[in-house]
Amino acid sequence: MALLEIRNLHARVEEKEILKGVNLTVNAGEVHAIMGPNGSGKSTLASVLAGREDYEVTEGEVLYDGKNLLEMEPDERAREGVFLAFQYPVELPGVNMATFLREALKAIREHRGLPPLSPAEFMKLLKEKAALVGLDPSLKQRSVNEGFSGGEKKRSEIFQLAMLEPRLAILDETDSGLDIDALRAVADGVNKLRSPDRAFVIITHYQRLLNYIVPDYVHVMVDGRIVRSGDKSLALELEEKGYDWIKEEVGLVA
Amino acid sequence: MTTTLTATTTRPEDRFLHAFEAYAGEVLNGTSEHLATLRRKAIERFGVLGFPGRKSEAWKYTPIAKVLQHPYRIDPMPTVPALTEQTLAGYAIPELDAYRVVLVNGRFVPELSTTSDLPEGVVLTGLEAAARRHADLFEKYFAHYLDFENEPFLALNTAFARDGFFLYVPEGTVLERPVHVLHLIDTDEELFLQPRNVVVAAPGASLKLVTSGHSRTAQRTFTNGVTEVFAGQGAEVHQYDLRLEGEAASGIFSTQAYLEGGACYTNGTLTLGGALVRNNVSVRFDDQEGEAHLYGFFLGRGSMHIDNHTMIDHAVPNCVSNELYKGILDDEATGVFNGKVLVRPHAQQTNAYQSNKSIVLTREARMYSKPELEIYADDVRCTHGAAIGQLDEDGIFYLRTRGLTLQKARAMMLLAFARDVLDQITVEPLRAYLDELVAGRFGA
Repeated sequence: MALLEIRNLHARVEEKEILKGVNLTVNAGEVHAIMGPNGSGKSTLASVLAGREDYEVTEGEVLYDGKNLLEMEPDERAREGVFLAFQYPVELPGVNMATFLREALKAIREHRGLPPLSPAEFMKLLKEKAALVGLDPSLKQRSVNEGFSGGEKKRSEIFQLAMLEPRLAILDETDSGLDIDALRAVADGVNKLRSPDRAFVIITHYQRLLNYIVPDYVHVMVDGRIVRSGDKSLALELEEKGYDWIKEEVGLVA
Repeated sequence: MTTTLTATTTRPEDRFLHAFEAYAGEVLNGTSEHLATLRRKAIERFGVLGFPGRKSEAWKYTPIAKVLQHPYRIDPMPTVPALTEQTLAGYAIPELDAYRVVLVNGRFVPELSTTSDLPEGVVLTGLEAAARRHADLFEKYFAHYLDFENEPFLALNTAFARDGFFLYVPEGTVLERPVHVLHLIDTDEELFLQPRNVVVAAPGASLKLVTSGHSRTAQRTFTNGVTEVFAGQGAEVHQYDLRLEGEAASGIFSTQAYLEGGACYTNGTLTLGGALVRNNVSVRFDDQEGEAHLYGFFLGRGSMHIDNHTMIDHAVPNCVSNELYKGILDDEATGVFNGKVLVRPHAQQTNAYQSNKSIVLTREARMYSKPELEIYADDVRCTHGAAIGQLDEDGIFYLRTRGLTLQKARAMMLLAFARDVLDQITVEPLRAYLDELVAGRFGA
């Protein structure tokens, strides 16, 4: 059974249809990259998978580990092992980073039938995972994302991913706005987290990140559909030729 | 026929005027000519001022006249039921190591109060006891700086005041342990209570005071409480007022602080309970270099009505006032904030900051916020801001994508909203207790 099975997914925000029949199968252990021009629906797909309520699914289905993902609340999805690294992580003044992660980890472990970590175990884990993405562990005293630089915010997303150990990680434009050092740190973190029972869906506009995180599959999304799939060479081709030739091929541009 | 008419047309004011005459000379005999004169003056002023009418600007959003129509029983010396140590333990603030003063129905209960080991010269007792045993101190401070001439509720309280607590810390003395005053309402009658408290920090003295109000009755009660605070030159006073009464207890709680030069006053008004609650906090600077920090947090639910009025009188130059009030309104609760800052013509170099932020959780909940700055000096720094909003849905979604339930995510966001004001509480066990109470209210 596939870990994630998206079938003919249609979604709209208000009256505007954005996803127009997405099909995608992701197996455990695989890394899939979804590329595409701005406005093609990549981030909408990530939001729909994470359960954002602004989007209305009008058709199709999503099976996660054989279960109907769309029927689950956002927090239920997270406890089941779905993780979204946000394109724009929200700043939460007054929400302490360590407290927040302790609560999140507790909820997820409880769902998996595991006891909560002791404070010492938790702090050890936090330090270890912060080091994985080159984040200063003093971040635990800070409010979630508050005053973080762009790079810190993205590192913090991958750090949270490392802490919560999801089975399906969706990275929404994690590379946008990153300098080369931060990009490497984020990619290194992701690579260390690759494992046979974890899958990644990496949404990106540029091929750049895929030099560091080598995907098993590359999909191109245009106008709410995946119009082409291939291996990593497809990403290079896109980098070279841009998106227009694909748009032409699928008949979106005259 | 005539009697019926009289009964239905009696103004609530008349009930108090009659009660005063009935009690004067006996229960309200006072201990000195000084007090008797004050009472007489106060009741006369009350008779002239009357209760605020429907058109009173200061009571615009708070229907006080309606509440006062209720025929509460006016009794300056209500009975005090016996309470056990075990009962009191239920009202303790965990980990708070403090001198304890217990007031039941506004009356000081010495056998439940633990005021031994006080530093030399410190007086911590009931108001009535203080009037008898420390007449000099009592007469020096009681009603001395209180503006009862213009405020009907202060006048009424002054006329009827019989008991409450009295705290005096002498010059240069630092009271290391905080004082915790428990105000309990325990009655099977619909009482109108008027406790009167006096807090004095003599020059250079320092004290921390926590009062918490609780009701142990479903009877409808009204408290017209008054606390006078005097901070002498360079003195430091931290005062926290925690309202945890039940849904049948209404009241007006007035605190008037008078600050000498260089005195530093912190007030935290934390309202989590009660039916209709009006908090009046006012500060007057007597000399330069004074500092006042006013913090407020309120959490309304059900049909609670919470009204916070503050008044800071910058009568002299070179003083600082800083005000932060935050509130969360759930269900059909109503919140009101009115913050008045007066900078008089000679009060140059004044720094006055004010901020009021509220979150309204339902369509039925209401918040009225009114900053009121009157500035008559030209070399001053004054800022104010008011914001009323909803809970940040993006923040909640973010937390939920990390596995937190909707309830937990909301609680975490609400606690985060309250964070900057709760973190100002300098009595650590009280701060931790507030965190717990607020989180608990939202099921975290």
